[in-house]
Amino acid sequence: MPFIMILYYLITAYLVFLLAWNFIREKKKTEDMALYLLVLIPLVLRILRLK
Amino acid sequence: MKRPGLVKTVLIFLFLIFLIQGGLRLYRHRHFDVPVVAGPGVTRVAHLSDFGPGLKGTMADTLVYFLEGTEPGGKAILLSNTHANEPEGLLATLLMVENAVVEKGSLIIIPQFNRSASRNTRPGDGYPLYFEIPTDWGRKTFRMGNRDASPLDQWPDPDVYIHYPDRQLLSYIDARNANRTWPGRTGGPLMEKVTFAAMEIMRREKVDVAVDIHGAETMFPVTNCIVAPDKSLRIATLASLTVKAREGFDSHVEPSPTGFRGLSHREIGDYSDTLPFLLEAPIPFLDQPTGPKTEKLLLDGKDPFLLSLARKKKLFVPYDASGWPLEKRVGQHCSVCLEILRQYSKKNPDRSILVRDIPRYAEVIQNGVGYYFHNPDKAEKDRLYPN
Repeated sequence: MPFIMILYYLITAYLVFLLAWNFIREKKKTEDMALYLLVLIPLVLRILRLK
Repeated sequence: MKRPGLVKTVLIFLFLIFLIQGGLRLYRHRHFDVPVVAGPGVTRVAHLSDFGPGLKGTMADTLVYFLEGTEPGGKAILLSNTHANEPEGLLATLLMVENAVVEKGSLIIIPQFNRSASRNTRPGDGYPLYFEIPTDWGRKTFRMGNRDASPLDQWPDPDVYIHYPDRQLLSYIDARNANRTWPGRTGGPLMEKVTFAAMEIMRREKVDVAVDIHGAETMFPVTNCIVAPDKSLRIATLASLTVKAREGFDSHVEPSPTGFRGLSHREIGDYSDTLPFLLEAPIPFLDQPTGPKTEKLLLDGKDPFLLSLARKKKLFVPYDASGWPLEKRVGQHCSVCLEILRQYSKKNPDRSILVRDIPRYAEVIQNGVGYYFHNPDKAEKDRLYPN
């Protein structure tokens, strides 16, 4: 795997961490919680090398 | 505090359902192999990685079938699935791998040229993941791929793709388009390695003729045609006229533009002694203004919106209620390939390529494409190649 691709996977993992952390911290807004998870789907699929 | 916890639990549950349901289907598609039965004409099977570095162990490494005649002669290479959402080329070449016998010269066939793209899909356009062809022994399932290689294999995309070696600026997505990365290089992105390996086959094997088989939209002007650079124009014209006169279908000639870089019909000719040709057959599935992108549309090419546009003369091919079925597209490709080989052989008798048992246009329409595929369950194990 080229070095730049590894970097992009690391960036993706960082974004997944941020979104998951925001989801955990969110206590009131259901819409925001749903949005965090929705945005997470393609990022998790990429990290799992599914899409 | 209980309510947010409950909401979160429900949301996580839904998230996991979407992720697992979608992810599993994508995983299965990416790892689904199509069994190919090597026919009596296949004398050896190699990997593309045998000809270029950086491909071994990647999804881009693909099978290269050699069909060698008993008599020495010329050599031709046939490429399909350069764009893996144009399956008529794939079916035409697989049909040849399973049936063709070369009497003089050699045929080199790479059915899944962009193997990574064949394991990619386009969910935003609602592409089916698979399509099935009826055969005498059941239904044969094929992966429906995408135009470009999977970003799982080549990522990230650049802002602009700078073609090598001409440095022409192309769309960012063309970095994953195996028909923009010719002639390729060893140290470039994966698709440049793929095209470099194919160029190496042509240079090492001294290939005379290269045919890159595609499909194109009915609303795109470069459709239903043979694209050829100056050095291939004479043979392309003779092939076009002959199929029109003898077999009754149109496949006109389009000159390869000299200023548009990265295309097989341009770079193969410029960077080797091989004569390149690119074949296009109309595939209504690829047109934008159609109904849903279903397996049925892919196979029969019937669409009411295209029919309406045809009546307004907005299409570049004749189009009626019969659509543009797969048999017709595959049949065209078989006949045009055979005609190119025949015309080349006539002009170069010492380098002629004689092939038999490849059906022509009318035969494919009459028998259907599935008629020519062999049952992998009944094939000898050493003749079976999952690809």
